[in-house]
Amino acid sequence: MTRALAAALFALLVVAPLAAQAAGNTWLLSLATSAAITAIAAVSLQLVVGTAGLVSLGHAAFLGIGSYAVLILAGWGLDEAALSLPVAMLAAALFAWPTSWLALRARGVGFIMVTLAFGQMAYFAAGALAAYGGDDGMPLDRTPTLFGSALLARPLALHALALVLLAAGVLAASALGASRFGRVLRAARADPARLAALGFDVARTRLIACVMAGAAGGAAGWLMAVQSGFVSPATLDWRVAGRLLVMVILGGAATPAGAMAGAIGLTLIEEALSAVTEHGRIGVGALLLLVALGRLRRTA
Amino acid sequence: MSVLAARGLHKAFGALAVTQNVSLEVAAGEVHALIGPNGAGKSSLIAQLAGALRPDAGRVLLDGADVTALPAHRRARLGLARTFQVSALVADLSALENVALAVQARARRPLAPFRRAAGDAALEGPAREMLAAVGLEARAAVAAGALAHGERRALEIASALALAPRCVLLDEPLAGMGHDEAARMIALLGRLRGRFAMLLVEHDMAAVFALADRVSVLVQGRIIACGPPGAVRADPAVRAAYLGDAAAC
Amino acid sequence: MSAGLLLVQTLDGVQLGLLLFLIAAGLTLVFGVMDVVNLAHGVQYMLGAYAAVACAGWTGSFWAALPLAAAASLALGAVLQRLVFRRLVGAGHLDQVLATFGLILLAEEGVRMVFGPAPLSLAMPPALAGTVPLFGGLRYPVYRLAVVAAALAVAALLWLAIEHTRTGMRLRAGASNAPILAALGVDVGRLFALVLAAGAMLAGFAGAIAAPIVAIEPGMGGSVLILAFVVVVLGGPGSARGAFLAALLVGLTDTLGRGLLDAALRVALDPSAARMAGPALASMLIYLLMAAVLAFRPAGLLPARGRR
Repeated sequence: MTRALAAALFALLVVAPLAAQAAGNTWLLSLATSAAITAIAAVSLQLVVGTAGLVSLGHAAFLGIGSYAVLILAGWGLDEAALSLPVAMLAAALFAWPTSWLALRARGVGFIMVTLAFGQMAYFAAGALAAYGGDDGMPLDRTPTLFGSALLARPLALHALALVLLAAGVLAASALGASRFGRVLRAARADPARLAALGFDVARTRLIACVMAGAAGGAAGWLMAVQSGFVSPATLDWRVAGRLLVMVILGGAATPAGAMAGAIGLTLIEEALSAVTEHGRIGVGALLLLVALGRLRRTA
Repeated sequence: MSVLAARGLHKAFGALAVTQNVSLEVAAGEVHALIGPNGAGKSSLIAQLAGALRPDAGRVLLDGADVTALPAHRRARLGLARTFQVSALVADLSALENVALAVQARARRPLAPFRRAAGDAALEGPAREMLAAVGLEARAAVAAGALAHGERRALEIASALALAPRCVLLDEPLAGMGHDEAARMIALLGRLRGRFAMLLVEHDMAAVFALADRVSVLVQGRIIACGPPGAVRADPAVRAAYLGDAAAC
Repeated sequence: MSAGLLLVQTLDGVQLGLLLFLIAAGLTLVFGVMDVVNLAHGVQYMLGAYAAVACAGWTGSFWAALPLAAAASLALGAVLQRLVFRRLVGAGHLDQVLATFGLILLAEEGVRMVFGPAPLSLAMPPALAGTVPLFGGLRYPVYRLAVVAAALAVAALLWLAIEHTRTGMRLRAGASNAPILAALGVDVGRLFALVLAAGAMLAGFAGAIAAPIVAIEPGMGGSVLILAFVVVVLGGPGSARGAFLAALLVGLTDTLGRGLLDAALRVALDPSAARMAGPALASMLIYLLMAAVLAFRPAGLLPARGRR
């Protein structure tokens, strides 16, 4: 069922530009693009949370690092996507490496707290970048070029790129989950000591997954910066990480397609609620609480 | 030379010394039983040998090489396999997939990121052989969580076999088994005798005396006797400390 | 940096640390003993501050507002335990995250609806509004000293409860070995309810006494929650003694570190570079401290006994 829902929601993003054009409404297209980008971030987080079973509340840091990579490179006059996208991913991976290594040393749920804390550290660090707007952030002067062309400045082209990256991300994450690597991650969820007794280096395997997810999160952050044309510490707020985590959980946590469905679904629900009332977050909060309690009742 | 050796192992939790100056040798192909009353420190000793617990002092040698500083997964790669007291299989993988996971640990690319694991003949072929060796070939497709208790213990042995081990630490393989299941497990271990050395931690005295070449007795963290089963059984200190109270209950 | 300034910053650090301890105490026990991830614990602190504002407005007296806010926090903790947290014991961590994150959104938006989004402030009680002289012509606010005293008193009461009561003994047993509780015949559900409600009250009380010296806004619980998590990790989950030590360490690192780092950078770098690097490094100090502890003592500074 999750698969069918995921396919339907993805199809919705594919036809969104047509609907936007028919309605003469550019806001609809930008909503669809931002949903697709959020979904990429959620899919990358699912590898850590769902497949590896490590509950992370620090994923916003990778988005932020990806975003700031665009801004900082642009400041140096480097606004070519073919350069800034790999740099964004690399920078996020380089942050993920030591912080995840440390977070993995804290047993069990300590992982949540430590990822959250390092996420907050990145948030403060971004706010302290006075040359890049400090707490207020800064707009991008220009949209990055793609192999010298101004293609990415066209919303439709950016939307297409986001969809392609989302589809590629879901397929790659699914293949990864079904691979030997994924099987070790999954098996280690239940009993890491047993996997170690078989000769698997569980901590290293998990670290690799965290770094991969960080790099993919960096790509999502890069897209966010390119789409909004603005970079600020708000991207690194821990509530952003919490929202992504909630999306993964709502999608069932087990599959990348589920995480995508959770991301697109929650984005649409938030949008619908905020159209009704300015206090839409109350509705979202109540929804999350009810879903959690409902799930607990079913398993109890 | 012994396959596995402990030299002067010592481990304390606060004031409680669970392992005190323990030295132990397991010879190649030997079945070495480790017995002792509850709370004697058998599980802590196994954990130190396997690398799950770091001793405060002393050394662990595998094939003569000092592995005291190596973590569990490195020792496993050097040929030290173990089974757990509480069956620790991956419940939602099938019996075959559980053994395939162990085969994968020995494979050339154990963590291939895009090589589909399910249905991989390179993993499942050898895994089927291991299942046949423990008599579980008919149960290959059943989820490990749905197997009977005795079958799960046999499956653990199959996983250990897949590591082509030099030595297997068997932590109470008969625990919780009925009479028939226990007899089948004893027969299985008897068939595997000689393929690798075994350190057998067990409460079931019939099994110990049926299988063991040598027996070590651990009481309050110390080895109080070591020798052939007959000699250990006759040892007055052992009778006083252990067999006496075992006979009483 | 002068000795007087050093003293002021030390006092600030102790005061921040003690407030953090009041918040982290409940968190570390709920997490260490019950293995429940409670992201909504910061909300209790935030609601405690708002409750103090509301009660002070209603009664016209800070002194009446303080116990009322603590009682309201206790009641809210008990209600939430009854409606939500009771079901989270033994549930998966993902469901715990989902439910408590939902509570955060509900509480923050609810407060925004009732009190508006703008930060509020609460006047200090006139009796504590003054300053006392330190040496070197420096003065220190009486109210902050009162916060230190109040938090210390509560911490002492908590210590008595944990070290010298039957419930406290059970808690300590549970923190080092959770399954032992059921084996001892302890009603784990009741123990959890008690810890959760008491933890909520402590956090709410911390919010109430902090209300006159912080900006009261709906998001104030978030940053405090993260600091409390750092305290839990640093001290060792389930360890109240560890939380006390770690909280003081975090408080002092934050305030003293800021001052010392600023002075050190001024010496090492030119002023404009120091102004740029200073705040960035200072806000990261606590997290670097956490990283160091994780690297060398991953179980925390004072882990609950028997746990490693």
